[in-house]
Amino acid sequence: MIPELGHFALIIALCLALLQTILPLIGAARGIPAWMAVARPAARGQFIFLTIAVACLIYAFVVNDFSVLYVASNSNSALPVSYRVAALWGAHEGSLLLWAFILGVWMLAVTYFSRSLPQEFVARVLGVMGFISIGFLLFMLLTSNPFERLFPAAVEGRDLNPLLQDIGLIAHPPMLYMGYVGFSVAFSFAIAALLGGHLDATWARWSRPWTTVAWAFLTLGITLGSWWAYYELGWGGWWFWDPVENASFMPWVVGTALIHSLAVTEKRGSFKVWTVLLAIFAFSLSLLGTFLVRSGVLTSVHAFATDPERGAFILLFLGIVVGGSLLLYAWRAPRVGMGGSFGLVSRESMLLGNNVLFVVAAFSILLGTLYPLLLDALGLGKISVGPPYFNAVFVPLMVPTVFLMALGPIARWKEASLPELAVRLRWAFGISVITALLLPAVLGHWTVMTSLGFFMGLWIITSGFQSLWEKAGRNGIANLGAGLRSLPRGFYGMFLAHLGVAVFALGVTVSGAFSTEKELRMDPGQSVELSGYTFRFEGVRDVQGPNYQAVEGAVRVSKGAREITVLHPQKRVYQVQRNPMTEAAIDAGFFRHLYVALGQPVSGGAWSLRLYYKPLVQWIWLGPLCMVLGGILAASDRRYRLLARKQALADAPDLGATGFAAAGKAR
Amino acid sequence: MRRYLLLAVALCWLPAAWAAGPESVDMISDNPAIEARLKALSHELRCLVCQNQTLSDSHADLAVDLRNEIRELMAKGMTDQQVIDYLVARYGDFVLFRPPVKATTIPLWFAPFILAVLGAALLILYLRRLPARVKDVPLSDAEHKRLNKLLDQAKEDT
Amino acid sequence: MIRYLIPLGIFIVLVGFLARGLMLNPHEVPSPLIGKPAPDFMLPQVQDAAQQLGRKDLLGKVTLLNVWASWCVACRQEHPLLVDLARSGAVNIYGLNYKDKREDAQRWLAQFGNPYVASAFDESGKVGIDYGVYGVPETYVIDRAGVIRHKVIGPLTPESLEKEVLPLIRKLQG
Repeated sequence: MIPELGHFALIIALCLALLQTILPLIGAARGIPAWMAVARPAARGQFIFLTIAVACLIYAFVVNDFSVLYVASNSNSALPVSYRVAALWGAHEGSLLLWAFILGVWMLAVTYFSRSLPQEFVARVLGVMGFISIGFLLFMLLTSNPFERLFPAAVEGRDLNPLLQDIGLIAHPPMLYMGYVGFSVAFSFAIAALLGGHLDATWARWSRPWTTVAWAFLTLGITLGSWWAYYELGWGGWWFWDPVENASFMPWVVGTALIHSLAVTEKRGSFKVWTVLLAIFAFSLSLLGTFLVRSGVLTSVHAFATDPERGAFILLFLGIVVGGSLLLYAWRAPRVGMGGSFGLVSRESMLLGNNVLFVVAAFSILLGTLYPLLLDALGLGKISVGPPYFNAVFVPLMVPTVFLMALGPIARWKEASLPELAVRLRWAFGISVITALLLPAVLGHWTVMTSLGFFMGLWIITSGFQSLWEKAGRNGIANLGAGLRSLPRGFYGMFLAHLGVAVFALGVTVSGAFSTEKELRMDPGQSVELSGYTFRFEGVRDVQGPNYQAVEGAVRVSKGAREITVLHPQKRVYQVQRNPMTEAAIDAGFFRHLYVALGQPVSGGAWSLRLYYKPLVQWIWLGPLCMVLGGILAASDRRYRLLARKQALADAPDLGATGFAAAGKAR
Repeated sequence: MRRYLLLAVALCWLPAAWAAGPESVDMISDNPAIEARLKALSHELRCLVCQNQTLSDSHADLAVDLRNEIRELMAKGMTDQQVIDYLVARYGDFVLFRPPVKATTIPLWFAPFILAVLGAALLILYLRRLPARVKDVPLSDAEHKRLNKLLDQAKEDT
Repeated sequence: MIRYLIPLGIFIVLVGFLARGLMLNPHEVPSPLIGKPAPDFMLPQVQDAAQQLGRKDLLGKVTLLNVWASWCVACRQEHPLLVDLARSGAVNIYGLNYKDKREDAQRWLAQFGNPYVASAFDESGKVGIDYGVYGVPETYVIDRAGVIRHKVIGPLTPESLEKEVLPLIRKLQG
C-alpha cells in the first residue's frame, strides 16, 4: 500500500508541476494576476507531495519491503538502518527522486524568499522551475519508477553496493544535488528576466545570493566526494578526472564564473548578456552531467545497465530546455543594453578576463570528456582522455586566473592604473616571489611547478591581506578594529573564499611534491621507515562487522621514541555482494596524513601494504571548506536582507544600468 | 555523482566475466628503480577492466597481471616508450590516458589554447571598442533622488 | 544578431553527437590486432599436459579461438552455442583456457561438453595479454594464413553468430 501511495504522490506532484508551469507563465504573459498567483501554492503543494513520496520510499527501505524492486536491488535486512535510509539515493531511480525532491526544496525556498519581487517575475521563475520539475517527474514515472513492484517479492535484498556503505554516501549526494539543482534557480531567474525583458542590475542583485548558495553547496558536495574517494578507494588519490567527476566540476567552473560576472552586473550593470548566458550554461551543464551519468554514453557509469531509452529521454529533455533557452537568448539578448563603460585596466576587465579563463577551462573539460565519444561517433577509433590531459590543459589556464584573482579585488572599478597597482602590490608580490623561490629549496625539493604552486598560494594570501589592510586600516592601526567591523560580509565572504583557493593550492602543491609512499611486503613484527615515521606491522586478525567479515591489520606508527598511533586498515568482504573492499586507515593531522592500506596476503602471515606520508593533504579539503563558508557569508550580506524589506529597487527595474554607471563615475 | 564513479569501480569486480578468477598478486620488484618507473608509467595507463582507473590504482586481476608484465619488461631492460608500444600493440591507443598527438587528436590538444588566445584577443578588442559604444546617460532628477537613497543604503559597497 | 545564435548552433551539434553516442558501446575496445598475424604461442593442452598447442596448429584452415575459463559465468552462457557450432562442423574451434586451474577446466569440459579441437592452458594469462584479452569470454576469427580477422568481446549470442561471425567464416573459407 505504502509504495503505491508514494507512486500516487509522484503523479499528483506532476499534475501540480503542470499547473505551476502553464498558468503562471500564461498569466505573466497576459497580465492575469489570478493565474500568476497559482505559482506559489502549486510549488508548495508539489513540495509536500514530493516529501510524501520520499517518506514512502524511506519507509519501504526501513521496513525491508523487498516487494519493491528498487529496495530489493539496493538493500538488505542486515544493512544498518542509517545506510538503508541513505540507500534511497544509492542507485538510479532513487537518486532521481532525490533530484526531484531537492528541486522541490529550492522551489519552496523561492516561494518564501521572493516576497519583495514583482509578482510577474515570481510567476515566471516558478513557472520555469515547474517546467524542469515536469521533465524529471515524467522521466521518473515513465522510465525509472522507484516504486515499481517485484512479483513475487524477494525474500532478501541484493544489498547496497559495499562501496557506498559509508558515512560519505549519506552526506555527499544530497549536497551535490543541492548545488546542481540550485543552479536551476539562477537559470530560472535568467529565463524569467529574458521573458519579461527586464534584464538589469536588479535582476543580478536578486539572483546573486541564490547563485552563491547553490555554488557553496556544489563546492561542498564535490569536496565531500573527493574526501570520500580519498579514504574509501584506498590508493590515496583525491581527484581522478573521471567523466562523472567532470560532470560535477564543469557546472562548478561555470558557476564560479557566473558568481563573478553577477558581481559586475549588480554593481555596474555591465556584462548583462554574458551573465545571462553563463546562468544558462551553468544549469545546462548540470543537466548535461545528468545525461552523461545516466545514459551510459561514456565509460563510467551504468555501462553495465545501459538503457538507451533513458538516455534518449534525458537527451530530448536537455534539447528542449537548453535549446529553448538558447533560442530565447538569441531572440532577446540583442535588445539588452550595454551598461556602464570601463577601461582596459579596471576591476571589470579583470573579472571579464577571469570569466574568459573559466569558460575556456570548462570548455576544455567538456572537450576532454566528450572527445572519445566524438571520435567514436565519427568512426575514428577509440582513445582515452585521462588525468594527464586534463592536468596539462587545466593547470596552465588556472595560473593566469590565480594571478588575476589577486589583482581583481584590489583594482578600482571603471578605471584602474597598472603602475599604481604595481606600487600597491609590490610588497605582496616581492614576499610571494622570494618565499616561493626559496621555500621549496629549503624543504629539499625544488622544481618549477612546486615553486609556481607556492607562488600562487602566497600571492593570493599576501594580496588578500594587502586589500584587507587598505580597506580596514585606512585610519591607522589604532582604528583597525573599527575598520574591520565596518567592512561588509560580502567582502569577508570573498576574502575567505579566495583564501580557500590559496589553502587548496598550497595543499595540492605540498602534498604533490613532498608525499612519500611505499608499497611493500611486510611480515608481522617487521618495521619500515617512511619520512621519519616508523611503521611496524603487527599482523592481522579477523573482525566481524554487522554485514561483513573483515581482516584487520594493525600498524603501529612511531616517530623516534614517541608512539603516534596504531592504524587499523581493513579488507572487508560483504555477505551479499562478495567483492573485497579496502578500508584504508588514516591518521589525519592538520599538517600531514599517515595513510595505510592493506593489499593482499602474501604468505606465512605476511601482507603487501601501501604506506603513505602526505603532508598538508588535509588542506586540499580545508580550502574548499573556506570557499563554502565564504559563499555563505557573502550570501548573508546585509544588502540582500535590506532588499527584502525595501521595494525601492523592485519599483525601478530600469535604474540599474544607467544609475550604477553614473554612481561609479560619481565616486 | 561520485557514487557513480564508485559504482563503476565496484562493477568491475562484479561483471560475470570477472566474478571469481584466481586472485593475482603483485610481484613487487627488488629493484626500487623499476617500482618507481612502474609507478610513474602506470599512472598514465588505463586499466581495461575497471575502465576509469589508472593501471596503478586498479585492484583488478588483469591490472595486477599487467603490472607484473611491465615489471618483467623493465627488468629485461625495455625503456618506458618500448613498454608503452608493447601495450599499445595489444590494446590500442585506448590504454593510454594521455592521448598521443596525431591527426585525430589535434583538436583535442590545441583547441583549449587556441580558444584561450582567441578569448583574450576578443576581450581586448571588446575592451578597446567599449568606450565608443557606451555613452553615459545623464540622470533625471527623479533618478538622482532614488540613486542617492540607494547609495545611502549601500554604504557598504566596496 | 548571428553571434547570439552561436551558442545554440554549438549546442545542436553537441546534441547530434550525444544522440549518436547513445547507439555506441563505450566499453568495447577494438583490438589493434585485427588484420595482423595472430601472436605466436606454445602452451600445454588442458586435457593432456604432455601435449602442446601452438599457433602453427591453427594454420591452414579458418579457426575460432575462444578464450574461456571455468570461473567465468558468461562463458557458461555462450557455451551451448559453441557446442552446437562444433557439432555442425562449420569451423574448427580452439580454446584458450585463461587463468584457470587444470582440474576445474577439465571438470567443466566434462560437465558442459567440449567443443574444442584442443584448448591451450594459459595459467599465467601471458598469452592472454599477447592477444589483448581484457575480459572473458572473447572470441577471435583467424584465417588460413593465421591473420586475426575479427574479435568478439563478451559472450557470443545467436544473433552475433548469425550476423557477424558465420558470414565472415564462410567468406574466409571461400
